[in-house]
Amino acid sequence: MPETETALPKTASAEAAPPAPPATTPQSGDLVRRHRLSTRLWHWANALALFIMLMSGMMIFNAHAHLYWGEFGANPDRNWLTLGTGQLNAFPGWATIPSNYSLADARIWHLAFAWILLIGAPLYLLWSLVNGHLWRDLLFRRGELRPSHIWHDIKEHARLRFPTGAEALKYNVLQKGAYLGVLLVLLPLIILTGLAMSPGADATTHVSALFGGRQSARSVHFIVAAGFALFIVVHLVMVVLAGPFNEVRSMVTGWYRLPLDKGAK
Amino acid sequence: MSIILCRRRLLGTGALGAGGLILSGCDKLNANPAFRSALIEAGSWHEGAQRALGSGALAREYSEADMSPNFRVNGNTNPEDASYKSHAATDFAGWTLSVDGLVKRPLALPMTAIKAMQQRKQITRHDCVEGWSAIGQWQGPQLGQILSMAGLLPSARYAVFHCADRFGSSPYYESIDLVDAFHPQTILAWEMNGQPLSIGHGAPLRLRVERQLGYKQAKYVMRIELRDSLAGLFGGKGGYWEDAHDYQWYAGI
Repeated sequence: MPETETALPKTASAEAAPPAPPATTPQSGDLVRRHRLSTRLWHWANALALFIMLMSGMMIFNAHAHLYWGEFGANPDRNWLTLGTGQLNAFPGWATIPSNYSLADARIWHLAFAWILLIGAPLYLLWSLVNGHLWRDLLFRRGELRPSHIWHDIKEHARLRFPTGAEALKYNVLQKGAYLGVLLVLLPLIILTGLAMSPGADATTHVSALFGGRQSARSVHFIVAAGFALFIVVHLVMVVLAGPFNEVRSMVTGWYRLPLDKGAK
Repeated sequence: MSIILCRRRLLGTGALGAGGLILSGCDKLNANPAFRSALIEAGSWHEGAQRALGSGALAREYSEADMSPNFRVNGNTNPEDASYKSHAATDFAGWTLSVDGLVKRPLALPMTAIKAMQQRKQITRHDCVEGWSAIGQWQGPQLGQILSMAGLLPSARYAVFHCADRFGSSPYYESIDLVDAFHPQTILAWEMNGQPLSIGHGAPLRLRVERQLGYKQAKYVMRIELRDSLAGLFGGKGGYWEDAHDYQWYAGI
């Protein structure tokens, strides 16, 4: 997905300055600064951590492939989801860490890499409040949530028509929804439900009560993990459609080439 | 345009290759002793964080209406040991709990003495490492009471629970530190849901250490040994599952 952060080159007299003169407006084809260092670091730390958490998490799920609502839930109780069979694991070895069945090893990975999400998400959220990233780039602007505007963006996405030139430096409403969903919904939920399943952390915080019990928290943990998987798939598809070299470069180096207008040159 | 297509193909192939590398690479890392111990170290910070933030916190207690209608059994459910079987045949009337090691007064407590001590009854949630939970009512004396009777030597750091069951040739055992040993909800339960403990659930005595996972809730407890270190005992990691499979010794997470 095309992403934006620092759009226009800064002018010296910001307060009284009229809208940036055309000469300094980035044009299609220009190489511009796009992602600040904190975003790039956090992005790649999360990319690594999420893959490991999902893969080791699927192995942990294999140990008891049933989900329940409420405080308790075990084999004699009514579950709402069962994956796999007695013979077959819920998730196959090619998708799990480790690839052979080992609850113990999967927990070693899961509990270690959990720190990246546990520390990274609150720090990034805080930093995004301080540096303005959250309200400047991510929060919805007035009018953006109008159904007609959202519908327009959905149609543009479906036709694979992406913004070009300086317009490509701003998130559209679907992108904002996706990124805000990750930062403000998925990440907090995955952390809180993770803590809720830890008997020690739950004794201190009673956080499982927020979700209606430990087994409900475990179910929500699973559903949110599926949400992350869906986000990753859509995110990667959009990166490929929007030009993978330019997109990956911008997330590695921070520099992004503004897309050319369709048909130009 | 063709350059872009080439780049796309390159990236696509790269992504597939990277996927394969990640899978086999993770298994290699998993088996690498240095990487593995780094992961285990990072995992153990949870213990430090939980101890720092709430070492005295109480696990949630429930009402009778919240209890699991059917509390499943798990792990060993019927020890093979001949001596255990003969105790079972007499309803554990002759069972004694030994308390020894780094104590001033080693104890041999018959079941009648354990039942005559001040009791704690608690309805708590049992969380298995596999992911399931069951809620049941447990009753027995607080472990702290028994340890105080024996009187700990200053060098005592861990309480080790030796059990009558075994996996293959390995006896089951577990251990906790003194923070958990003297925690008010840590009891030696002989009664569950108002009935004497069944053999499947660990008769005649099982540990309840409520802020940790199920594998710490040692069943068929015969002996409590106070030690200054877990090194030198069986595999040295403080419990059967810890030794056999690298389960976390601190099972609060």
